Amino acid sequence: MNADRRTWFVIVLLALLAALPLVAVATGQDYQIGQFRRILIFAIAAVSLDLILGYGGMVCFGHAAFFGIGAYVVAILNWHAGREVPLVGDWMGTNNVLVTWPAAILVSGGIAALIALISLRTTGIYFIMITLAFAQMIYFFFVSLRAYGGDDGLRFDGDTVAFGLIDTQDDMAFYYLVFAVLCAVLYGGRRLVNSRFGMVVQGCRENERRMKALGFPTTRYKLAAFAIAGATAGLAGALFAAHESYISPSIMHWTRSGDLIVMVVLGGMGTLVGPVVGALAFLFLEKTLPDYTEHWMVVFGPILLLLVLFARRGIFGWFGPKDDGGGNGH
Amino acid sequence: MAALLFLEQTLNGLQLGVTLFLMAAGLTLVFGIMNMVNLAHGSLYMVGAFLTATFAQWTGSFVLAVPLAVAGTFVVGLAVETLALRTLYARDHLDQVLATFGLILFFNELVKIVWGPVAIFVDIPAFLAGRVELIPGAPYPVYRLVVLGVGLAVALGLWWLIARTRVGMLIRAGASNREMIGALGVDIKRLYTLVFALGAALAALAGAMAGPLYVVEIGMGDSMLIKTFVVIVIGGIGSIRGAFVAAIIVGVVDTFGRIVPAQLGLPTAIAEMAIYILMAAVLFWKPAGLFAARA
Repeated sequence: MNADRRTWFVIVLLALLAALPLVAVATGQDYQIGQFRRILIFAIAAVSLDLILGYGGMVCFGHAAFFGIGAYVVAILNWHAGREVPLVGDWMGTNNVLVTWPAAILVSGGIAALIALISLRTTGIYFIMITLAFAQMIYFFFVSLRAYGGDDGLRFDGDTVAFGLIDTQDDMAFYYLVFAVLCAVLYGGRRLVNSRFGMVVQGCRENERRMKALGFPTTRYKLAAFAIAGATAGLAGALFAAHESYISPSIMHWTRSGDLIVMVVLGGMGTLVGPVVGALAFLFLEKTLPDYTEHWMVVFGPILLLLVLFARRGIFGWFGPKDDGGGNGH
Repeated sequence: MAALLFLEQTLNGLQLGVTLFLMAAGLTLVFGIMNMVNLAHGSLYMVGAFLTATFAQWTGSFVLAVPLAVAGTFVVGLAVETLALRTLYARDHLDQVLATFGLILFFNELVKIVWGPVAIFVDIPAFLAGRVELIPGAPYPVYRLVVLGVGLAVALGLWWLIARTRVGMLIRAGASNREMIGALGVDIKRLYTLVFALGAALAALAGAMAGPLYVVEIGMGDSMLIKTFVVIVIGGIGSIRGAFVAAIIVGVVDTFGRIVPAQLGLPTAIAEMAIYILMAAVLFWKPAGLFAARA
């Protein structure tokens, strides 16, 4: 019964998102397509965070860094291609997404694996702090990267044609591409968390010691999960770079990592679909609250506090059975 | 010449170090005793700085404004603890991160409403404005020396409070086993509130003294907060001694990190990254920090 409610919720949500551009065009509000595309991109990043936060119990406070790395990889490759400045040897970079997006995924996933290698030696508060510290390191690295704009960010030619058929300058086509990626990430994520691998990772969340005693190399499993989440966030970053044609270190600011955590918990942790709802709700509030008061944060801050105190199962959590969702098992 | 620069920067590093210690002392106790992640500690630093600016304007005396601001922030700390944080101690870290993240947004915006979005410049009081030649040929700002002195004095006072008084004994007991001291009949709730407000007052003192050196602006506590985390994690959560040692190390490393790479022709990217690299290295070798409070 409850599971049915959830299934219906997901179907309705995806149908609404699929119909959205058509409705926007029909009502003459074409600009909304870009707005929602941006939201869906952040939704992908939030879903990737849910993999480790909700299912792995790893409170990563630096997820925006992987998002940013993916975005910068695409931006830098595009920038070189646009300016015809050699990047390595006499290679001018490229704006072919068949190269740039996999590169973004590989680089952010690789760096995530490296960070996890050190961070996973710690737990609890230490883990939160060390992921934050690594994210700060990466943030300041890009701030001081003068060759690529440093603090001011990097603007590049965004005339990317995806797979030889989808023009990312075409609002509607790019929207559906992002939507397709989101669906693929949701589907892949669902397969992953229900696989043997996903079960082991969830086992580590509940009781890592017991999993160790059962003979699982738990750190290796958690590291792989962390790298997958980082790589997926990198993919979201790559989409974001194509979406904006401009990138700056501010997307890696530590408050951005906090925003991602908020999206996951607001929507419902450990549910994959929840973070999509969370991203929609969060970015919608961020957009509309300022219309009512310039000082919207003074309202939004306490909302977060109340959310934690009284509604920690998240929006999607309300649609499920009581003992499900809310990754920490309570 | 290089030797003079070295001495001057060492003093700057120490001064940043004691400021960090004022922040870290309260935070590490909250971490250690209540097992609580408090991101909003930087907001108390900011509130302290803004209150000082206002009181200095009202009273016309910076020296008078500092204790008033510290007392004011102590009260803010009491309020925050009783209204919001108290219910979070039993929650997991993720809840605490989220809730106090919300508090940061709230405080940043509240300060904007009360004081406006423009940064405030606080003057160094006239009698502290000069420079003194501690080392011949290297005049050093008196005010920075005073900050260093106050910081060290507070550190000493805090050591006395924790090592030599009854309240300190309870705090130490709470840090090593809070269930036990609760069972022994100590009013643990009041102890928590007191520790939190004490930490708030110390953060406010750090903010108040930083005001004339930097600039009093919204979000000023955020970068300080992250540096403080680095200090606490390096020092070992819950350890005051660790916080002091780590604060000095981080202060000096951060200060020299801004100068040495440029002089050696290394990329300046290392400047801001230095302390994080240090922290990652420490945690790699000692995952519980240099002075782990609990075995």
